[in-house]
Amino acid sequence: MYALLNPVPVTQTLRAVLVAFAVVWSPAQAQLSIEIIGGGADQLPIAIVPFAGEAALQPGVTEVIEADLARSGRFRTLYTGPQNPPLNEATNVDLAGWRSRTADALVVGGVYPAPGGRYEVRFRLYDVPKQVSLGGLAYTITPAQARATAHRIADFIYEKLTGDRGVFSTRIAYVVKAGSRYQLQIADADGANSQAAMTSNEPIISPTWSPDGTRLAYVSFEAKKPVVYVHSLATGQRQAAASFRGSNSAPAWSPDSRQLAVALSREGGTQLFLVNADGSNLRRLTSSPSIDTEPHFSPDGQWIYFTSDRGGSPQIYRVSTGGGGAERVTFSGDYNVSPRLSPDGKTLVLVTRNAGRFYVAAMDLATRQIQILTDGGRDESPSFAPNGKMILYAANDGGRGVLAATSSDGRVKQRLSVPAADVREPAWGPYPAN
Amino acid sequence: MRKILLAATLTIVLAGCQSTPEAEKPAGVEDRTPGAATKPPAAATRPVAPTTLGGNPLKDPSSILSKRTIYFDFDRDDIKAEFVPVVEAHGKYLRENRGAKMLIQGNADERGSREYNLALGQRRSEAVKKRLMVLGATEVQIESVSLGEEKPACVEHDEGCWYKNRRGDMLYGGEF
Repeated sequence: MYALLNPVPVTQTLRAVLVAFAVVWSPAQAQLSIEIIGGGADQLPIAIVPFAGEAALQPGVTEVIEADLARSGRFRTLYTGPQNPPLNEATNVDLAGWRSRTADALVVGGVYPAPGGRYEVRFRLYDVPKQVSLGGLAYTITPAQARATAHRIADFIYEKLTGDRGVFSTRIAYVVKAGSRYQLQIADADGANSQAAMTSNEPIISPTWSPDGTRLAYVSFEAKKPVVYVHSLATGQRQAAASFRGSNSAPAWSPDSRQLAVALSREGGTQLFLVNADGSNLRRLTSSPSIDTEPHFSPDGQWIYFTSDRGGSPQIYRVSTGGGGAERVTFSGDYNVSPRLSPDGKTLVLVTRNAGRFYVAAMDLATRQIQILTDGGRDESPSFAPNGKMILYAANDGGRGVLAATSSDGRVKQRLSVPAADVREPAWGPYPAN
Repeated sequence: MRKILLAATLTIVLAGCQSTPEAEKPAGVEDRTPGAATKPPAAATRPVAPTTLGGNPLKDPSSILSKRTIYFDFDRDDIKAEFVPVVEAHGKYLRENRGAKMLIQGNADERGSREYNLALGQRRSEAVKKRLMVLGATEVQIESVSLGEEKPACVEHDEGCWYKNRRGDMLYGGEF
């Protein structure tokens, strides 16, 4: 990169510039990579014996399961070499022997050819200290389903050992900006299989998944002003849900996936409205002489939390979905925005400004205690995983837009980035339908 | 990042190609004797109206109407005194050209939530619209929208750049 700063004849520089443009933006392979940069406390040591016969499938299921569990920050995966005698889910395992290797849990399994070019993937999970089997499953799959099956197995293991539902089979949406090209991308929660849902020469912000997982709402500036679109993932078709005079933004889905709360300036100022997902039945929700924006439904559908500066500075308020007076929720500091409720409705995550820097914080709604979860200084756009255990958000790494994730207790940290591009505006998708 | 470096390199290289050494000015080309008394002209002078070649005053760089940007202070949407003449000129133009349509795009600097910044930009574009309507423009002539922090004029993280991004841009029909 630095060699280009030395004086070179113009023609050579031009050629280098053209080549660089081709390298900087390759729409197909802007792969999201995830690195773990902080681990949790009390990580459960788990040994996963490489599944017998797994070379028949790509990728190997063992590596995907191990990466999923490690990424959650709640497990320490132990190295297990080839076993003699070989182990699979049918073997009588010597659990006492595994105890002496400090494993608290053990997974054994195998991949077996099945009729019609399919495969059977079977596994068993053991609680080593208690010396009991916690169960196992068998799947019959096509080779293309290997990765998804490994995620399902990781979900099973995670849930059996932590009591919480796993999110390894979920997807995330985010916006990638490279030069003046913007893409709304969707990838597996581990960053694999990224696909572009929409490409534009104008900005895209505020993507949000419908709770039923079938659609994304987002704001696009392709009309030289913000318009809210609802985009069907199955068909790739989209329609404008809010394209009124003035600005249309900040879409938020109702829990039943049927309507959106949006911020519109059509009646002056930025105020909250409700609209059906197809753009019909517009109703005004707030009436204030100030800014009301960033609506977010509570999981029970009773409340809409939002950002308002009606009190003189941007703070978080909530209003009943049926309308009525708004109640202020945040009181400390002079800048609290971007409210997001945890799936269990007990925690409010928000962005707070402290001494000119912006952090993601969590407020316990019962005790009103606030804990700062991040330390980047330019953190924004938090989004909960559907199990409420991880929060994805946008951060800045040396001038480059990246995503980051933190566990809800602030201990587990991840950084997610795309080479040679800015990533921003993450949205964690719901559990898959089946 | 790489793209910015490459673009900057290209600019530097091309600029280098375009500079030429300054020629020596021969002595005596311009002869302004300082301090010479100037006599007032004998005849009365009066201003002559500029010839309009049918040009578009909106694009004429010597016309105030070609100025389209109002800058705002941090967290403010009031129109500062230095920008009042520009707004007045556009208000007059819209009043006198009822068919003219304007889009005002409000912007905010990068600090903070994107959606809250979108709303701050909206406040700014509405402040400009309101002032234009006081000056005689009609509601249907002007749409005020916001681009928030999404279309910055510069990308440095300092007050000099943030100021350039706290702005309202006035665009006429055909320009957007």
